[in-house]
Amino acid sequence: MSLLQIEPTSWLFALSSLGPTVVLVLSALAVLAIDSLSPDARSNTRLAATAAAGTLIALGITVWYLLAGTGQPATGGAISLFSGAIVVDGMGLFFTAIFTSVAALVVVASYDYLEDDANPAAFYSLLLFATTAMSLMAVANSLATVFISLEMASLPSYALVAYLKTNRGSVEAGLKYFLIGAVSAAVFAFGISLVYAATGSLLLPDIATAIGDVTDLAGILGVGILMVAGGFLFKTASVPFHFWAPEAYEGAPAPVSAFLSSASKAAGFAVAFRVFAEAFMPALDVAVDWGLLFGILAVVTMVLGNFAAATQTNVKRMLAYSSIGHAGYALIGLAAVTAGAGANNATVMGAAMAHLLVYGFMNTGAFLFIAMIERWGVGRTFEDYAGIGRKAPMASMAMAVFMFSLAGLPLFGGFFSKYFLFLGAINAGFWWLAAVGAVTSALSLYYYSRVVKALWLEEPTGNLDALDSKPTGLYAAVIVAGVITVLLLPGFGPVIETAEAAAAAVFA
Amino acid sequence: MIIEALLAFTFAAALLVFAVPNRYAHKLAFGLSLVPIVGSLYMWSAFEAGGNALTGGQIAFETVAPWLEVAGYQLQWYVGVDGISLPLVVLTTFLTALAIMSAWTPIDDRQSQFYGLMLLMEANLIGVFTALDFFLWFVFWEAVLVPMYFLIGVWGGPRRKYAAIKFFVYTNIASLVMFIAFMALVFSLPVDSFGLPEITQSLAAGELTAFYGLPAETLALVVFAAMFVGFAVKVPVVPVHTWLPDAHVEAPTPASVMLAGVLLKMGTYALLRFNFTMLPEQASAFAIPIGIIAVVSVIYGAMLALAQTDLKRIVAYSSVSSMGYVILGLIAFTEFGMGGATFQMVAHGLISGLMFMAVGVIYNATHTRIVDDMSGLADRMPVAVWILVAGAFAYMGLPLMAGFAGEFFIFVGSFGSTALPYAPVFTALAMFGIVIVAGYLLLAMQRTLFGPFRLETDYELTRAPMHDIAPLVALLGAIVLLGVAPSLFFDMILDATVPILELGGGL
Repeated sequence: MSLLQIEPTSWLFALSSLGPTVVLVLSALAVLAIDSLSPDARSNTRLAATAAAGTLIALGITVWYLLAGTGQPATGGAISLFSGAIVVDGMGLFFTAIFTSVAALVVVASYDYLEDDANPAAFYSLLLFATTAMSLMAVANSLATVFISLEMASLPSYALVAYLKTNRGSVEAGLKYFLIGAVSAAVFAFGISLVYAATGSLLLPDIATAIGDVTDLAGILGVGILMVAGGFLFKTASVPFHFWAPEAYEGAPAPVSAFLSSASKAAGFAVAFRVFAEAFMPALDVAVDWGLLFGILAVVTMVLGNFAAATQTNVKRMLAYSSIGHAGYALIGLAAVTAGAGANNATVMGAAMAHLLVYGFMNTGAFLFIAMIERWGVGRTFEDYAGIGRKAPMASMAMAVFMFSLAGLPLFGGFFSKYFLFLGAINAGFWWLAAVGAVTSALSLYYYSRVVKALWLEEPTGNLDALDSKPTGLYAAVIVAGVITVLLLPGFGPVIETAEAAAAAVFA
Repeated sequence: MIIEALLAFTFAAALLVFAVPNRYAHKLAFGLSLVPIVGSLYMWSAFEAGGNALTGGQIAFETVAPWLEVAGYQLQWYVGVDGISLPLVVLTTFLTALAIMSAWTPIDDRQSQFYGLMLLMEANLIGVFTALDFFLWFVFWEAVLVPMYFLIGVWGGPRRKYAAIKFFVYTNIASLVMFIAFMALVFSLPVDSFGLPEITQSLAAGELTAFYGLPAETLALVVFAAMFVGFAVKVPVVPVHTWLPDAHVEAPTPASVMLAGVLLKMGTYALLRFNFTMLPEQASAFAIPIGIIAVVSVIYGAMLALAQTDLKRIVAYSSVSSMGYVILGLIAFTEFGMGGATFQMVAHGLISGLMFMAVGVIYNATHTRIVDDMSGLADRMPVAVWILVAGAFAYMGLPLMAGFAGEFFIFVGSFGSTALPYAPVFTALAMFGIVIVAGYLLLAMQRTLFGPFRLETDYELTRAPMHDIAPLVALLGAIVLLGVAPSLFFDMILDATVPILELGGGL
């Protein structure tokens, strides 16, 4: 671990601790540089390779740090940088691994999606800047850095959703996303100011210690916490700030939908976990029982997401609602950390983190399959998907894996992640959350299996000649995501152990 | 390591077959499916175990490795066989190879996917019968459903989509009920793993504690009932049998063979392993309702078969009837009752496989299965017809065939049962079922196979090719072999079932 033997106060130490973030931002700048140096070449291949290399190197560094114990109890605990505004620990690295994996899959898939695009550099750089900001969200330890990194992630996302400038759906989705995002950012910033007013600090640990003394300002603190919660609910597409999600996911280019619904949602949870577990834990007794709030919202989100998904005729929109439902499952983790007993807290939060990781692969894969269909121009509804398994068996098999895994059938990673989450909720005393989760999850098999049925059991209705072209990048991304989703069942042990250890360190 | 080798080979074979072009898939799949037969026969010859795997007996080919940990419980890769599971593993490998050969004629579309799914299902079935850790077992158990869903849904008859989804939904809901019940059971036990032997022995030692205010005795009864419902759907017994005729009629012949031959045995195997081995006292408490379910399945299943006009539906409903015998044998809690029920699982697997295959061969030639559309087939396709007749007699329990041995053991066992009140009455009622079986099978035979030749379809009747007849002959040979020498399996089965009786049932 030569990197970390550098003097802890030097700037080199800070840079190396934030290695993944630095690599991501450098690769984004490299993409811009390549495009500026030869603006007419429009070399999609070169740009995609640069972006893919950047995300994969960042992923490699993150995994290396995780295995080597950087920022974890094994090597002396969390690394605090910039006066504690940023803290690199196991949890931050775990979430960064999710973001970089998703970004890598999306970049590889976008190579084909952007084949005929006029300006691919903009797309790749926006994607990389958003990923950079997400990796900062995962390590932000002060409400100021949280807000800045959250907005840094949101701004490129708005542009990405509206990336298909000539497509009305895409532009409308981008506008809608932007307006709701702007409102929620305002609410969030106001919430931060109220919390600051009550506690006199922006650093999360300092807020936690100051909460004990806010006797007459408890009401202000409570309102502040609720408004901060609103900001997270927007980012994670949870009820009641979910309205943008179906439009944005449906209207955006499918790789962007994959990125937003997997990575951006996980980023929202990364900050939410850290802020609420580290800063607002003492506020439970003083100001507001946010655990109950998140519990109720989890129930509403699970029910609404799953029932709305069951009524859709458009596959992409169905996946958008399913993504809302999965936000509800992760919210269980946020609600159940209020149980009080340290070990249970760590278990359930670790389970929610592991679920977000598994979800990152299966959901990204599913949206990238949609991207493949969009590229073939087959159509959007379940009827249009009929018989695709006949022409594209490999990709359709991967899609079946994603669907069954999202539904939680015990064949793929999605089973264990849900099982651990529900079990953790029961052990933390939130058995009603687990019950709603189990019921909605059983219901979800209905609409997920409709996709499988359309792909494999139905006979083709339209002309599927377009399927003769085989986009290599999309295929590679979908199949890699599928293989990982399968392998996450036998290999779930290391994932959950890492997640639980990271969560335990936050509560320690 | 032989079990791991068997599983790894079968999974790899499935992947290989998925990848080859359609025109080579059938022969390659058949060739590859012979290797697991060799493996399972080797296991049989090298089998050295005593007692029941769950109650502390010696386990053959046992391997344990940690998998992951959940809430203080260790999940393991834990496989091994005893006298109950080994015959079922042999049955699985044998029947899969024959089912693959019986698919050569009817399957003419997307062959590599079809045969790949067959091998994938075989691998998971071997896993179901060898897994000794609950989670491992559950993964294989559910993984069997997916290939079957596709086999019915893609290659099935006109109402295949409805049948496939009905099958999938029924069995998945049943699994969920069973899973939740079993979790409640394990979390009320002082065990630190999901190993089935550890759980069984802890239960036998009376270590069950209260669960969320539910006293241990009530919890055990509730769990028994929930698991019974969960597994009963798979068996299936009346009244949760309605998915079966739909699935069978729509499924292509090879899938029907696997469904009746092996998949139904998953249900009875799980009942034996979980309900009757882990909770024998609760089984005795529920003896009368279970006895009634068994007898109603026997009689009502047979009556339904009597009312059908489609040959495949007749065979399908008769499976419901035969599974009733198995349940009766299990609930009897006697040496011959339990041993006979386990033996009947294998025997019925072979016989129902033969019946579905023979009906399939006739359908390949006539393109109809409706009894009224044909008669006098015996003159035109003698070999297939005589094998069908032989299979029907095996079904009726002709001595020196496997069906006779299984049913005879069950009746001997259930007649003298002390665990089941009014056992002679239940046995007598169930024996009456044999009369109805003979009735509908003979009636259907007489109308379709004998008399003057008549066929009301637009197709020319052709003789069945060799590769259709060969699996039939092989199955018939196995049925006669087990009928003449039941001890080939029965000794090891008794070795593994007798320890269950000592736990608290009858004797």
